[in-house]
Amino acid sequence: MLELRNISFDVDENSKTKGILKNINLTLEDNKFVVVTGPNGGGKSTLAKIIAGIETPSQGQIFWNGEDITQLNVTERAKRGISYAFQQPVRFKGITVFDLIQLATGKPINVDKACEYLSAVGLCAKDYIRREVNASLSGGELKRIEIATVMARNTAMTIFDEPEAGIDLWSFQNLIQVFEKLHEQNHGNIMIISHQERILNIADEIVMIADGQLRDRGPREEMLPKIFGQIDRPEGCGCRYYEQC
Amino acid sequence: MDEIRLQLLKEVAGLHDIPEGAYNIRENGKSIGRQSTEEIEIVPMEDGSGLNIYVKPGTKKKSLHIPVIISQSGLSEVVYNNFHIGEDCDVTIIAGCGIHNGGSADSRHDGIHSFYIGENSRVKYVEKHYGMGDGNGERIMNPETNVEMAKNSYMEMETVQIKGVDSTIRKTHAKLAEGAKIVITERLMTHGKQTAESYFDVTLDGEDSGANLISRAVAKENSYQKFVSKIIGNTVCSGHSECDAIIMDHAKIEAIPELTANSTEAALIHEAAIGKIAGEQITKLMTLGLSEAEAEEKIVEGFLR
Repeated sequence: MLELRNISFDVDENSKTKGILKNINLTLEDNKFVVVTGPNGGGKSTLAKIIAGIETPSQGQIFWNGEDITQLNVTERAKRGISYAFQQPVRFKGITVFDLIQLATGKPINVDKACEYLSAVGLCAKDYIRREVNASLSGGELKRIEIATVMARNTAMTIFDEPEAGIDLWSFQNLIQVFEKLHEQNHGNIMIISHQERILNIADEIVMIADGQLRDRGPREEMLPKIFGQIDRPEGCGCRYYEQC
Repeated sequence: MDEIRLQLLKEVAGLHDIPEGAYNIRENGKSIGRQSTEEIEIVPMEDGSGLNIYVKPGTKKKSLHIPVIISQSGLSEVVYNNFHIGEDCDVTIIAGCGIHNGGSADSRHDGIHSFYIGENSRVKYVEKHYGMGDGNGERIMNPETNVEMAKNSYMEMETVQIKGVDSTIRKTHAKLAEGAKIVITERLMTHGKQTAESYFDVTLDGEDSGANLISRAVAKENSYQKFVSKIIGNTVCSGHSECDAIIMDHAKIEAIPELTANSTEAALIHEAAIGKIAGEQITKLMTLGLSEAEAEEKIVEGFLR
C-alpha cells in the first residue's frame, strides 16, 4: 500500500516560492489500476517523480507498505519494488535494448526471455534486441522499449508517466492492449499519468490533480461523468470541470 | 607460461594458449615464439628491430597474432612491423601490447606498424593496449600505424586502450587509392594522471575512396586526452570523423578536427561531442535498481564497448 501524507513540492521561480503540489493526501490500496489525470501543469508528473524518488518533497511523508520511504533515494525505492517509466525515455550510446531489459530483470536472462518483453509491447523483438538505445530509434520505439523494461521489473508498484505521449495511433492501440493485459494479470499497483480517455476507461480508480491539489478521486464509474462534463455545473460557468470551478 | 604473461596475452590478444595459424609473440625485446604458415610468412629483420610479414595473394579467412608483452621494468623499445598484404586477401591481424611494470623505472613500447594493402583485399586489424603492475615506473605506449591502401581495398581498424597505460601518443596515417575504404574505431579510457593523444591523418587520393573515424573516449579523474582528426579529400570521396567523449571529475579533453577539401566533390564531415554523463541516464538506471556508482559504471562500459 502506498500512502502520501501532506505532500507538498515547491520551486523557486523569480525569487518567489511556487507551490507545484499542495498538501496531497492519497492512499493507494494494493493491486489497483489507478489513472492520475488533470490539466497540464497541474503537478501530475511531479507527483509521479516524488513517488519514484526522483524528486524530494518540500514537506510531507511517503509510506510504502508501512515504511517511511521519504528519505530513500531512487535506487532504494526501486529495490523495494517501485518502478517508473519515463515520459521522455532516456537514450544511451552503447547500451543495447537487451542490456537494458536484462538490467531491469536484475538477473542474467537469455535473448529469448528478453524478446518476450519486447514482443509484449508490439516490437518485433529480433529487429531490436541488439540495437543500441540511442537516437537511431524513434520516439515511439523508445517509448515501447521503456515500457518493456518496466514490465521486465515486474514490481509491486509501477508508475507510467504519460505513456501515450509521442506514440502514434497504431502504437497507441497496442499500448492500450498492453495495459489491459497488465490489468488482467493484476501486476501489483499500476499508476498511469494520462489524459487519454481510453486509458481512463480501463482504470479501477481515477485521481484528479489540478493546480497542485488533489481535487477528486473515486471509482472510474463515478469519475468519468465528472471529467467529461456530464454533471451540472454552476450557472453561467464556461470553464472545464476541475480547472477553475 | 607464467601468470603475468598469460594475463597480458589474454588482455591484448585474447589468447589463452599458443594461437592457431601464424603468430609471433615478443616478450621483453625478443621473440619467444613464432610460426609462419603456407599463406603468411613472418621474416624477422636482421637487426632484430621488427618483422616483415608477407601475406600471399588470395589468402582468405586467415589470422595473424603478433602480441608484444613487457614485464621487465625499465625496458624501452622501438619495434617496426611491416605488413605486405597481397591482392584479393581477407585476413585478420591481432596486435597489441601489454606492459606489466612492477618496478620504479619507466617501461616503454613504441610500435610502428606499416601496412601495404593490395588491390581488393580486406584487412581487419585489432590493436589493444593494456597496462598492469604496482610499480612506480610509468607504462608508456606509442603506437604508430601507417597504411597504404590500393584500389578497392578495405581496412577495419579497431584500437582499444581501456586500462593501465600512463602515457600514450597514438598516430595513424592512411592514404587511400580509388575505391578504397577505411573504418577506424578507437576506444579509450584514461584515469588518474594518465595522458592520451590520438592523431589521425587520412588522405583520400582515389575516386570514391572513403574514411570513417570513430572515437569514443572516457576521461576520468585528472587525466587528459587529445583527439586530432585530419581528413584530406583530393577527389570525389567521402570522409567522416566523429569524436564522442565523456568527461568526468577534473579531466580535460580536447577534440580538434581538420577537414581539407581539395575538390568540390569531396564530402567531409566532422562531429564532436564532449560532455559529462547525463543525469537522466544515471536516474534511469537507478530506477532499475542500480546504485549511482553502478549506473555510472554501466554507462561507461556500454559507451566504450
